[in-house]
Amino acid sequence: MAPAEQPAWTPDQPIVRLRDVRKSFGSLEVLKGITMDVAKGEAICIIGPSGSGKSTLIRCINALVAIDEGSILVEGQEVNDPKLDKLALRRKVGMVFQQYNLFPHKTALQNVMMAPVHVLKQDRREVEDRARALMRKVRLEGKEDAYPGELSGGQQQRVAIARSLAMRPDIMLFDEVTAALDPETVKEVLQTIRQLVEDGLTCLIVTHEMGFAREVADHVYFTDRGVIVEHGPPRDILSNPREERTKAFLEQVL
Amino acid sequence: MNPAKTLPVLLSPRVERLHPPFPVFRLRAWHGLAVAAIVVVASGAAVAQGGPTQLSPIGVIMKWMPLLLSGFVFNIAISLMAMTLGTVVGLALGLMAVSETMPVRKVSWAVTQFFRNSPWLVLLFFAMFLVPYEFRLLGVTVPFPDWIKAVIGFSLPVMANVSEIVRGAIRSIPDGQWESAEALAFSRRQTMWMIILPQCLRRMLPPWMNLYSLVTMATVLASVVGVSEMLTLTSQVHAAEGGRPELLAPLYGFALLCFFVYCYPIDRLTRRLEHRFQVRL
Ligand SMILES: Nc1ncnc2c1ncn2[C@@H]1O[C@H](COP(=O)(O)OP(=O)(O)O)[C@@H](O)[C@H]1O
Ligand SMILES: [Mg+2]
Repeated sequence: MAPAEQPAWTPDQPIVRLRDVRKSFGSLEVLKGITMDVAKGEAICIIGPSGSGKSTLIRCINALVAIDEGSILVEGQEVNDPKLDKLALRRKVGMVFQQYNLFPHKTALQNVMMAPVHVLKQDRREVEDRARALMRKVRLEGKEDAYPGELSGGQQQRVAIARSLAMRPDIMLFDEVTAALDPETVKEVLQTIRQLVEDGLTCLIVTHEMGFAREVADHVYFTDRGVIVEHGPPRDILSNPREERTKAFLEQVL
Repeated sequence: MNPAKTLPVLLSPRVERLHPPFPVFRLRAWHGLAVAAIVVVASGAAVAQGGPTQLSPIGVIMKWMPLLLSGFVFNIAISLMAMTLGTVVGLALGLMAVSETMPVRKVSWAVTQFFRNSPWLVLLFFAMFLVPYEFRLLGVTVPFPDWIKAVIGFSLPVMANVSEIVRGAIRSIPDGQWESAEALAFSRRQTMWMIILPQCLRRMLPPWMNLYSLVTMATVLASVVGVSEMLTLTSQVHAAEGGRPELLAPLYGFALLCFFVYCYPIDRLTRRLEHRFQVRL
């Protein structure tokens, strides 16, 4: 048996496992040894001041950013491996961005259908049925034929979530998905994410919404300047932080 | 790991305003009116000068109209073929310009800059004398008449300008589009053809049509190298009519008028599209 062979992943092991992950952009060290375990079905929230490396951290998980050192296992598969099949990884890991990034030349429904049809080569009619069901799930029934430019920010973001879900990912990454939204529309997007967490989808959520983190997270990580300062259940981190940096941050955002 | 390899997104961090890659010449309605006026006035003056035995300038134009128009059709044919050839090769060059491989980008850059910054007439001569007049393939001899060489000659600057238009349009698409496509497991090729290029289309169309107008007008340069296009025929007609100086203005005015009537609607349409896209972008 080859020594590099990894034992098969089983659902009782962490679905995402980071060990001492380091990443620099030029001379700027953005991640300085990040270690974390995410169990299947868990929702974790990552909080921290802007520039602390939160986006970089979750982008490493679907290989949008290549790490310099350390190990990232997603369902037992090493991401920090030159031979990694990135496309296979990204079929398992969905991601939603702050700026929605819908494809403006396609309708909402086409946005949702595109990846399953062209990437997974699934049957178009079957995908369409699923896409329509997803549009209902994110409560956008009736907006199927609207172009992104005709939708509000909150609606676009929910289409973006549906578009990711259409790939049937095992893990979802959310990078400050409500940061660009009007306060009124933030709620509808958070409601959609809450529903996914309740359905048992593994979610890694970077957010500034502390109330939301307190309600949905199983585990909260506070990051600052490229390190995890402290982590634990939301009531510990958000209500009784031990570290000074965490206290200062929470005072500022609350 | 090499981040440049895994992150094509990082290679296109700039969002540039799309400038027309060549000086924009605009046809105006008054250009056509002025030409028409010249034809009429010059014809009238010529009638006054010429005796009754000679054909009036209008008469000369009428007499030679079928020949002159056939020459004009030839100009259009050359322009269309040069545009098609130049667009296909230019698109490939433009895609190479945003390749992830550095040498490919460099080659594209060098070719594009070279042909974009050369006078069109020089490129035409270049094609005339460097392209062989026939081509032997598997024992079959394919002749390369002058007009095909002219097509190749004009397609060179078209290619370079199209390359620039394509590159600029691709660069103008926000990085977020690449990122979200990547996150959805689209390959780079799929992303380019299904997501990026369709969005580029409307940015590329106006400068591309403007380029077409320029090519059409430039086809008269082929007369310099002896292709029987409209300008060549016009001068031959003039000689056939005894080289009467009073015929110069009406004959060349007629040629101008033909080009104007063809190019002006294209130009109007280009500007309408430009305006529409600006409003919607
Ligand atoms: N692609 C990149 N190239 C260079 N620097 C980057 C890049 N992405 C992020 N950075 C830098 O890394 C630091 C952390 O950024 P980021 O992960 O976006 O933090 P956060 O999401 O917590 O605000 C910032 O200083 C940012 O400027
Ligand atoms: Mg961020």
